[in-house]
Amino acid sequence: MNLENRKRELVKEFSPMLEKTTKVSKIWMGILVAVILVGIYAFFLQLFKGHEVTGMRDNVVWGVYIINFIFFVCLSYSGAFISGILHFFKTPWKNSVSRIVEIITVLSLIIGPIFILLCIGRLDRLHYLFLYPRIQSPITWDIIAIMTDLVGCFIYLYLTFIPDLAILRDNSENAPKWRQKLYKFLAIGYQDTTEQRETLHKITKTMSAMIIALAIVAYSVLAWIFSLTLQPGWNSSIFAPYFIIAGLYSGVSVIIVAMFLIRKYYHLEHYIRKVHFVSGGIILLIISLLYGYFTFSEYFSRWFSHKIQDTNLLNTLFTRYFWQFVLANYVGVLVPVVILFFKKFRTIKSITFASVIAILGLWLNRYLIVVPTLETPYLPIQDTRPEFIHYTATWVEWALSFTGVAAFILFFILIMKLVPVIPMSGIIDQEREALDKKGKTNQTITE
Amino acid sequence: MENKKTENGSTNRRKFLKLGLMSSVTAVTGASIISTFANEDETKPSGEKMRLLTPDGKIVEVDASNVNKYPEALITPEESRKGIPNRKFVMVIDLAKCKNARKCVEGCQKAHNLDYNEEFMKVQLIQDNPEASPYWLPKPCFHCDEPPCVTVCPTGATFKREDNIVLVDNDRCIGCKFCITSCPYSARQFNWGHKDKFDDKSQPYSPETSVPAAEGTVMKCDFCPDMLRQGKLPHCASSCPMGVIYFGDKNEDIVTNGEETVRFSKLIEDRGGYRHLEHLGTKPNVYYLPAVNRQFPLERGFNVDEDIIERYKDVPYVQELKKDGKI
Repeated sequence: MNLENRKRELVKEFSPMLEKTTKVSKIWMGILVAVILVGIYAFFLQLFKGHEVTGMRDNVVWGVYIINFIFFVCLSYSGAFISGILHFFKTPWKNSVSRIVEIITVLSLIIGPIFILLCIGRLDRLHYLFLYPRIQSPITWDIIAIMTDLVGCFIYLYLTFIPDLAILRDNSENAPKWRQKLYKFLAIGYQDTTEQRETLHKITKTMSAMIIALAIVAYSVLAWIFSLTLQPGWNSSIFAPYFIIAGLYSGVSVIIVAMFLIRKYYHLEHYIRKVHFVSGGIILLIISLLYGYFTFSEYFSRWFSHKIQDTNLLNTLFTRYFWQFVLANYVGVLVPVVILFFKKFRTIKSITFASVIAILGLWLNRYLIVVPTLETPYLPIQDTRPEFIHYTATWVEWALSFTGVAAFILFFILIMKLVPVIPMSGIIDQEREALDKKGKTNQTITE
Repeated sequence: MENKKTENGSTNRRKFLKLGLMSSVTAVTGASIISTFANEDETKPSGEKMRLLTPDGKIVEVDASNVNKYPEALITPEESRKGIPNRKFVMVIDLAKCKNARKCVEGCQKAHNLDYNEEFMKVQLIQDNPEASPYWLPKPCFHCDEPPCVTVCPTGATFKREDNIVLVDNDRCIGCKFCITSCPYSARQFNWGHKDKFDDKSQPYSPETSVPAAEGTVMKCDFCPDMLRQGKLPHCASSCPMGVIYFGDKNEDIVTNGEETVRFSKLIEDRGGYRHLEHLGTKPNVYYLPAVNRQFPLERGFNVDEDIIERYKDVPYVQELKKDGKI
């Protein structure tokens, strides 16, 4: 069979990515592990010395941790959302990016909740959440949403892995024994027959639709943690949709940056092409306009109606946080919009640059939602201890934040060593379809 | 039920008076009698009898040893969820009388074993607008009827009792701090690090005393239910030299500051009582009487530690004082 040979070819093509580790990537992995080790030290410091080692105090009780939590969890939800849409609507150029999106989804959904655990004062009592659950609490909703989403995403990711694992199982005679065994176990007897293929396709499609719905629910619940409180900067009815758009903004940007890095380091120019960046860029343009619009409406209505607490909050934002505000909500929106709007600016590098700006801007935007609000409560903070008035993250918090990022990249690299980052089965499917079409046209011609 | 309450109103009022003012052992609340009887088999009768007034107005005789035992009786976290029967506790703070003597803060800190900067009761200097006259605002937990902190708690560590009190059970608290962010009055504190006093287990923990506190958990003003069970006023109310803080029972429509005892509804009606940030819909159980016809000039309140004066530096009035060189 023609396709069987093609499978073998593809495995040959991708196997260096799976089996060989270059010097550069070894150095990178070393650096990442070092960052993670520092983070682990910081974690134990916090565990034994208490939350005193963080910059959080009675007024700003949630700091960088919760911001990272929102950031990663939103990233994951948007990954699920995008991946679901790619699958559901059979987007033509999806094959090269779909696996990147799926890995981002699952990894950020594992890393995100770790950050919320860092916020919790008594980790030894975590099981109380299940012993004494209170369904009224938005935190309980969030736990249910995240756990459901995690299970859903894992199933979904695994489903998309199966055909590739089967190809690897059948074509890796030279690979080490443990790898062969692992592939055999994980491929659960998938033989790529027409029937199996159709069943798997059906399941994946159903799952992708469910993942979209799940992501929307989970996003909303996350936003409600903030918007259901009475705090002036949080109590906003547009927070749920705002979080969806903001999540997609960071999600698409992270996908573009990941595409850029993977394309560069693994020399996948053949698979990840300019068309992917341009399409991603156009989606990012639409989302950035929406995101800018939501941000504007949120602050504009607060400014125009000028309730006293809102005015106080805006005063904090425009004095103490002036430059952060400009960077997050002007630079972080307008620079990507300008770059992506004009056709001549849409090069691979500039689109990636726009994405980096979008990611940093969005993180800062989340910071400005969390911290200044807590620094401006209804009753003025009257305290003499500077750390109780203003929040500054300590090295422990930064170390753990970078650990999150490092772990994300490290696990990404490790997963790419298990299965090719470009789904081989997708390539095969495309070629099969092309063959079928050709066959059909040939048939009609002969007739 | 409602009618009965009004009929018994006068006797009940007299009873609360006795409870609050004299803190006499001859009058104990119904709850205390019940739990005294529950403990009866554990103690040897001393032979000495005491006459007590029961909630339905009867005089009963019990052994003296049982009565004295009561204040030390531990209210476990589980029992503390129920609340004192038939009570609806309420606090009224008369802003016209406050001169920032900070005795309420100190009394509270002493009773709850709090450090210098840990304050369940805070005294804030509030100036509602640049033209308005600033006033001292003693601010405990408001023990809201619609407490946002209780709604958001994922484990039920903070709860609302039938007697209006909102408590924290620090045995149950996981330290997520969601309650702190959802309280619009900044009434809650977090134990950020370990302190030696947390290890002092000489007094068993009860949510009613909030002692000993625990690392990584939330704490706040508890309205001193341990004192209320003994028929005494909360520490802030009893330590205030000006009689600023009135405390009482809404069911009986009576509040007292230890010197005078007044009808709660009349006090609110006559003096224009209000609740802080009413528009938030939290329905606090702490009422304020506006700072009109004040007994002391505001400046008297600046007779406190330097670093406490420093707290109020952002208030426009204080900035003016500083400009004029008065502080």
